[in-house]
Order: sequence, then structure tokens, then C-alpha cells
Amino acid sequence: MNLELKQNGRVLTVVVSGELDLSTSPDFRRRIGDELEQNQGIQHLIFDFKETSFVDSSGLGAILGRYRTIAKRDGKVSAVNVPPHLVRLFELSGLLKVMTIDPSLEEAEKYD
Amino acid sequence: MIKEAGQGMKENYLLITFPSIPENVGLARVIVASFAAQLDFTLNELEEIRVATSEAVSNCVIHAYREQSGEIQLELKIQDETLSIKVIDGGCGISDLDLAKTAAYSTDPERMGLGLVFMESFMDQMTIESQLNQGTQVLMVKKPERSKDSNDDGQ
Repeated sequence: MNLELKQNGRVLTVVVSGELDLSTSPDFRRRIGDELEQNQGIQHLIFDFKETSFVDSSGLGAILGRYRTIAKRDGKVSAVNVPPHLVRLFELSGLLKVMTIDPSLEEAEKYD
Repeated sequence: MIKEAGQGMKENYLLITFPSIPENVGLARVIVASFAAQLDFTLNELEEIRVATSEAVSNCVIHAYREQSGEIQLELKIQDETLSIKVIDGGCGISDLDLAKTAAYSTDPERMGLGLVFMESFMDQMTIESQLNQGTQVLMVKKPERSKDSNDDGQ
């Protein structure tokens, strides 16, 4: 898994490449957690899944954990470029109750 | 309908044992998906098999051995155009199976408790046998939808 973090105003965009599972989710938690801790001005989080090949419940748990931080800042968590098989996982998991799927990165960036 | 020996009749099996470390979860997915691809699964079905495998093996790493060292045995079988995946550990066992199967139940607050839910949703059958301090055996079975259709047509 590779993460690319880009901050634009109050929005942090995270491009997730590769597989998000038990072996990679600790790094996912740490990298995004550190960024959110160091930069308290970040209020919204956008996950770009266009290069994500796999996510399981360990990955979903890691995503939900970052939502908890953002929720404390009254922010929003959004997902863009979500492949169909991930949409199904997100639906089954109930994650879409707290994370919206936006049609494009430009649309999601309007949260700022 | 009498089936001819050929593509649809092939049988195969694979037994593999590996240490219960997080790095092997991805390895198990690759092995199972490659093995399953010998049947007529769609890409979507293969994705479901990958998720179910990931959950079963992750459970061994996290829960069965509580992140201590242990061994996971993976038994794969193709028979009657059906894939069987058996994931066996010699770990702590599950004290309350009904509770473990409850959606959103997890012993770890950073986890969503969805592992067993996904395994049940994505496979045709999922059974768990567990004995405290002896280990757990998960059996998951799935047949390609396209094979089910062709069998129905012929009957």
C-alpha cells in the first residue's frame, strides 16, 4: 500500500494505492493519524480510491477510525473514485452512514 | 444429465501451512484467488472470495493466536465445480460463536466486527467449528453462479 497525502486548506486528500488489509492498516492509521494530529486545521478528509486494489474489514476499521477524529472537528469524510466492489463493501459495512461517496474529487473539495 | 469428463469435471486440491503473521493474509488471498480462477467465477465473485479469505485468515492472526506466533493451515479443494476453503488454526478458540457472528461485535474497538458477516455474505456456505484452547476450523464453500445456471439448464 502507498499513501499520498495532499492538504488544501482545511481538506486533506489521501490517495490510497494498493491493498488495505491487516498488514497495511497500521501504517494507514499512523500516517493519517500523525497528519491529523500535527495539523489541527484539517477539518475534512477525502479518500481517493482510484488506485485501491483491495480493502477488507481491517481496512474499513482503519477508515472508520479516522472518521472518529474528523467527526470531533465537525468535519466530513468523503470517498471518490470508488470501484464497484468497494461500494458494495462500504454499503454492507454501514460505513456510508458516516462517509459520503462523491462523484469527483472537485465535488468533494467543495467542503473547504 | 450425464456430464462429460472435461473442463467442468476437474478436481484439484492444495494444502498449505504458514505462520500466522499479517503479511501472510495477502499471500493467502493470492493463493486462493489463483486456485479459484480454475473455476468459472466472475471477477466479482473472485473479489468476494478474496475478501472472505482475507477475513478468515485475519481472524486467525488477530483472534486465534492474539498476535502471538502460531500456524494457519489452508486447505483448498475443487470438486463438482465447487470451491471449498478450509482455514484451520490451533489457537484459543471462540467462546461464544453466536455472539461472534453478531454484526458489529468485535473484541477490538478499532475493528468493525464485520469479518464473519462478510464471510457469510460472500460465500454460499460458511460453517465454523471451534473448541476453546484447541482451535477453530472455518469452512467456506462457493460455486460459480454461471455453473449453477448451466446445471439448472441441463436438468
